[in-house]
Amino acid sequence: MSVSLRMYLSNHAIGSFFDRLRTSGTEVMSKIHIETTINGEPTEFLCEPHESLLTALRNAVGLTGTKEGCTTGDCGACSVILNGRLVPACLVLAPEAQGATLTTIEGIADGERLHPLQQKFLEHAALQCGICTPGFIVAAKALLDANPNPSEEETRYWLAGNLCRCTGYDKIIRAVMDVAAAGSTK
Amino acid sequence: MTDFAYIGTRPIRHDGVDKVTGRAAYGADFSLPGMLHGAILRSPHAHARIVSIDTSAAEAMPGVKAVITGKDIPPNSAKLVLGGEAALDLHDMGDNLLAHDKALYNGHAIAAVAATTVDDAREAAELIRVEYEVLTPVTGIDQAIAPGAPRLHQAFANNIAHRMELKRGDAESAFKDADVVVEREFRTPMVHQGYIEPHACVARIGQDGRAIVWCSTQGPFVVRDACAAILGMDAALIKVIASEIGGGFGGKIVVYLEPLAILLSKKTNRPVKMVMSRDEVFRATGPTSGTKIRARFGAKRDGTLVAASVSLWYEAGAYRGSPAGAGAMCCLTPYRIPNFFIEAHDVVVNKPKVAAYRAPGSPMAMFATESVVDDIARQLDIDPIELRLKNAVSEGDQAPYGPKYGPIGLKQVLDAAKNHPHYQAPLAANQGRGVACGFWFNAGMNSSATITLNPDGSAAVFTGNPDIGGTRVAQALMVAEELGIPVERVRPHVADTDSAGHTDVTGGSRVCYATGNAVIQAARDVRDQLRARAAKIWKTDVDRVGWEAGRAVSLDGADGSAGRDSKTLTVSDLAAQMPHTGGPIVGRAAVSMPMAGPGFAAHICDLEVDPETGRSTVVRYTAIQDVGKAVHPSYVEGQMQGGASQGIGWALNEEYVFNADGVMENAGFLDYRMPVASDLPMIDTVIVEVANPLHPYGVRGVGEVPIVPPLATVANAMRGATGVRFTELPLSPPRVLQGLTEWRQSTFQAAGPTTQAALTRS
Repeated sequence: MSVSLRMYLSNHAIGSFFDRLRTSGTEVMSKIHIETTINGEPTEFLCEPHESLLTALRNAVGLTGTKEGCTTGDCGACSVILNGRLVPACLVLAPEAQGATLTTIEGIADGERLHPLQQKFLEHAALQCGICTPGFIVAAKALLDANPNPSEEETRYWLAGNLCRCTGYDKIIRAVMDVAAAGSTK
Repeated sequence: MTDFAYIGTRPIRHDGVDKVTGRAAYGADFSLPGMLHGAILRSPHAHARIVSIDTSAAEAMPGVKAVITGKDIPPNSAKLVLGGEAALDLHDMGDNLLAHDKALYNGHAIAAVAATTVDDAREAAELIRVEYEVLTPVTGIDQAIAPGAPRLHQAFANNIAHRMELKRGDAESAFKDADVVVEREFRTPMVHQGYIEPHACVARIGQDGRAIVWCSTQGPFVVRDACAAILGMDAALIKVIASEIGGGFGGKIVVYLEPLAILLSKKTNRPVKMVMSRDEVFRATGPTSGTKIRARFGAKRDGTLVAASVSLWYEAGAYRGSPAGAGAMCCLTPYRIPNFFIEAHDVVVNKPKVAAYRAPGSPMAMFATESVVDDIARQLDIDPIELRLKNAVSEGDQAPYGPKYGPIGLKQVLDAAKNHPHYQAPLAANQGRGVACGFWFNAGMNSSATITLNPDGSAAVFTGNPDIGGTRVAQALMVAEELGIPVERVRPHVADTDSAGHTDVTGGSRVCYATGNAVIQAARDVRDQLRARAAKIWKTDVDRVGWEAGRAVSLDGADGSAGRDSKTLTVSDLAAQMPHTGGPIVGRAAVSMPMAGPGFAAHICDLEVDPETGRSTVVRYTAIQDVGKAVHPSYVEGQMQGGASQGIGWALNEEYVFNADGVMENAGFLDYRMPVASDLPMIDTVIVEVANPLHPYGVRGVGEVPIVPPLATVANAMRGATGVRFTELPLSPPRVLQGLTEWRQSTFQAAGPTTQAALTRS
């Protein structure tokens, strides 16, 4: 898990929203109506109070680009950017998306133009099966947003929360470093 | 054929944009209207007799639509043969899908539920009451083969399901002539393929008995045929549509969910989706064997290997069928050894039934043999690559498993390793360097391909192999090469079981070799049809039409005599005229390929060990491999890098941890520790190309070999860094620290009193 994810999780009471609902006397058995912004688009969905953001994104919203690899925050396949912060969507409760701004893999490209990370992943053959690729690209975008010029070591540690079983990471790290070197991280 | 226009180039893969934008649909990404969700109740015990199952409470729960148990799986004793890598026993597979009489491992499926939501299905599964008579679990090889051990299956005394031998010459006498003999016993734990995508499927069966299965699999035809055989259905009633697949490494060939989803769909008349959790993937799919291997080598003073004996015991898990035999066949492949004896045992234990994992059986066997070869080199003070070169096999030598080798690249690989800058680079303090070889057969088997030509001269190619790591683009490259059209104008397609000719699994390193050959032959079929169309247009005999650089060329002289004029027709010219020259052009080929050219690799690893904590870090790694011909070098390098890192994980950290009751204690990615980006350096690759005569371009297969060398390479580097020979994996910090401590203590005790006193004072 990357340092940023650990910080987020340690600083964040996962159940806080649920607790607020209970103490305010809301009936928790019914679905909750959430208004949020996903990839720049105002979006509404219904979710169970205990549902993860990952299942809500995949099922209620229909954005299946965010992948489920473990549901325990260990693989990074469900990486999304929530209010500017990289998080594993499996460890965020769906109701926490209320009023939030979310970026998923589907929002990384700029219309018809691929994001430089997407382009470099293709050029470097930085994917084999591709199941981890959405998570890596979202996590790498969060890295470059925070640090446009990371060293190889910084890149490796930031992406240590994303598991890839196919590539040995070599071409992934090269692709990210290549984007950073080109200086076009937006 | 040596000059290629497209083969060996690095175009962007055709499925790439879908995969970097999140559009590509994997197993769990597919849904149907009105779909139910399945969940499985699994055994908490490693070994227990099932006394009774009461499903009434689950069935009474609102939202629950169906519950099935082992009774719903018909018994079946037929055997489905899958060629080189795995013969699947349908009776066992059916019993593994849902236990009938006994739960044979922690996680063994007992019952399955379909309900309107995933939560309801899981809750209902918990309401199923199972009465177990708990039996003593068999949790390891030594316990399994000990006299009086509990039996998993009555048929297997000592829990040994199979034993095989390979021998040449007289090993025992030859050991007497050896100047140096090294014998050690090695252990490796059960490990998992660790694909990031859990198993997932959706099945829908209609009142007409026709089923469609959408699933993540390496072999849609295997899924179809296994479902048909297990459920007693005609294959014609089942269509399997393979989704994109999020890794497999051999683990997505066996069916775990699909027949259950069909049964549940049949009972409910609704589509049923089943997706495993990560916990289920660890506990209840097919990892690879834990092993015990005793290896003994004898050599002359000059390094000539004269004798070897290897005894292997592989855990099969709950049912017979470990890759012990493959381990036996692989372990001595790199060397000319005139006398050897190999025995292999297939041992059943109360653990999940193993499945194929990348070069199944070879990594553990060669961990043992390549560690002992390293010790022989050390004892004789011979460079480990020189010792290997001295004994290396080449074309014409007989393989330990029988046939004579054709052209192989072991010596070229070892030369490349010896001459690589990595091998000459200086080492820092607490660092050691290891080298080791690896071998895999590379499978052949059956494949089909169809190519359709479009009127604009572009083409589509259909095969039945799910694209696990760039095979679409490789196949498009082959069509481009044969037809002389740009690779971007070829659309490669993974077809379903109704649309593609029979094609065996994506596995065995066989896709570029066997399916690739089918694609090439289908493209040549298209080319021959194009030549015939050109002959028709030119009103000449097809024999008078040649093919050069993507165009038909008239071989008739301008005056009608022999010789040639300048008339040519491109693919686009000919495609545009298809309607007037005979109609659509479809090329087809179906091939049954022999085992591909054997693949050899050598890896070099520099390991740095912290003597205070036992933690080790791979600081430099180089993988060298004979791949025959690299079709798309980037994806060939990727296979070598990925295999190396899986092997490094196996060597350093990965293991199934079971408690005394046989319950897995680390069924998650936090505690089953696979390599992450910060664990690894860049992995340098050297592609060696010794053409395989069985393939038109020389392709040999690449994917499996690179997981074989790392286990011994890392262990040999550990030996170099610490002076200690570790014989049990993984080389995790606690084990290394313990080994270093024991070595320090024994060295201290072996020292004379003066040294001991001096050390104590300091």
